[in-house]
Amino acid sequence: MTTATVPPPVQVATPRPPAPRTGRQKMNRTLKYAILLLFVFVVLIPAYVLFITSFKGPSDADPSTAWLLPTTWETAGWAKAWDTLAPALGRTFAMVIPASIISAFLGSMNGFVLSRWRFPYANVVFTLILFGMFIPYQAVMIPLTQLMQGLGVPNGIPSLLVLHIVYGLPICTLIFRNYYESVPSELIEAARMDGAGLLRTYASVILPISTPGFVVVLIWQFTSAWNDYLFAAFFSSGSNGPVTIALSFLAGGQLTDYAASMAGALIASLPTLLVYIILGKYFVGGLMSGSVKG
Amino acid sequence: MFKKVKTWGPALALISPTLVLLAVFVYALIAENVRISMTNQHTARPSSDFVGMENYFRLFGDADFQHALRNLLLLTVVFLAGTLVFGFLWAWILERPAFGEGFFRSVYLFPMAVSFIASGVVWRWLLSSLQTDQSGGERTTGLNRLLDSVGLGFLQNSWWSDPNWGIAAIAVPAIWQLSGYVMALFLAGFRGIPEELREAARIDGCSEWKLYRHVIFPQLSPVMLSAVIIIGHMSLKLFDLIRAIVPDANTYDIQVPATMMWVKYIGSDYADSAAIGTIMLVLVALVVVPYLIYTSRQEKR
Repeated sequence: MTTATVPPPVQVATPRPPAPRTGRQKMNRTLKYAILLLFVFVVLIPAYVLFITSFKGPSDADPSTAWLLPTTWETAGWAKAWDTLAPALGRTFAMVIPASIISAFLGSMNGFVLSRWRFPYANVVFTLILFGMFIPYQAVMIPLTQLMQGLGVPNGIPSLLVLHIVYGLPICTLIFRNYYESVPSELIEAARMDGAGLLRTYASVILPISTPGFVVVLIWQFTSAWNDYLFAAFFSSGSNGPVTIALSFLAGGQLTDYAASMAGALIASLPTLLVYIILGKYFVGGLMSGSVKG
Repeated sequence: MFKKVKTWGPALALISPTLVLLAVFVYALIAENVRISMTNQHTARPSSDFVGMENYFRLFGDADFQHALRNLLLLTVVFLAGTLVFGFLWAWILERPAFGEGFFRSVYLFPMAVSFIASGVVWRWLLSSLQTDQSGGERTTGLNRLLDSVGLGFLQNSWWSDPNWGIAAIAVPAIWQLSGYVMALFLAGFRGIPEELREAARIDGCSEWKLYRHVIFPQLSPVMLSAVIIIGHMSLKLFDLIRAIVPDANTYDIQVPATMMWVKYIGSDYADSAAIGTIMLVLVALVVVPYLIYTSRQEKR
């Protein structure tokens, strides 16, 4: 199995029926849960710190209480973080949602063509598309800033919208191609027999069964565009940038207001965390199917 | 001829926007970036005299850039080792169905949904150095404070504020964030091993260790390869996390090519910035291209 060939929305877990347990296995089981729980605490340490610190006020400034719950639960940090981040949150939604939808549609069309159409050098073309997903964007950044300026795309949300669509294409294409490979070819043959051309087949046979693919791709694109900082740093500023930029300004600098910046980190993470909690299964599906975009 | 257009035309129409966009935004821009890296455009004033490989030679001879490359190597080694160890351990424990398995998986994987910028906020605090205020009172916070209070004070350290090993501290949050992902990869790998294979080995009298050595590990090696490629190339590109944890972009201790590229860009040294971008591309390509070719060969079979 390679990541590029895993069929998409697979659930990772297909549990096996449990084996009968012996005495030694029972002890092993206790040990196993002890280890698992220990790691739950370790993994959740940053979440705990974020949460408690975001509610701390000046009275809890002493480092000796840094790991303890707030003595008084203050919401000043949350208020400040919300005031700073709210405009950026709106801008990020306005950029991420259309970017995800457009790149998903383009990816679906490409995926369909590449999974069905064996043209000469199809594999080479596919590999060249895929490579676009692995490149460090630093390797195109300087001319990219000039190109976007030359095209007259304004800095901020418009630029980022274009960039997330374009550089999201490889992964969307990959996920959809793998998804469509699993569509039985009889379905497409039947459509062809009925005289449907490629476009008709795509619109009336393929699109209606693409919902699971779209869910995976949309989640993936939403998460990676929402969490992007690299493009945002080069193509926007505090006044027109997405939430990652606003957060980095709120939290940056030598003297940090830790309550506000930790509240800000929680606010900025909430949309992707909600997606993860509600649609976790598909989130994992996206991770597995598309290797990863860094 | 007409028939060819009729069958190929629509397919081409569907795929050509993407091909054109990627040809321009990936391949043409890479070429243009290489061209800029071979000019003397070291200030905001436009200038494009061709200087050949001069910028590259100067960078590779520069002690700061050598330090950044060494940092990148250290970061990648620690990042890879950490995610593979934790990812494998968790997958190995969770491989057999267990009560609450879904809960553990979700917790281990959740950091993946958070941006490096947001997690960087808290890791910046967790990885604070030892501090004293003017009157000599202890001001230490973060993990150092926690370690001290649970009796592990000897583990206290200055984290990323160290020119030799500081970058390894940056790998800690990166490992926290990506171990769950590697776990998910390994879990998929484990579940792909047919139960009959294990049974057969057990019936043949294989010890548990031999079972792993000769059956499980070989079956997992493609997953392992994927994990190494994915984590490795993420490490080569790691930028956001470092920017979020270390407030000053110029900090020497944690420079890697990705952060140096940014510093040069801010300083309007576009030629050097482009050269570093190209070097990063070559590093990533060395890892990824053989993998892509291998993958596409596998698919053909």
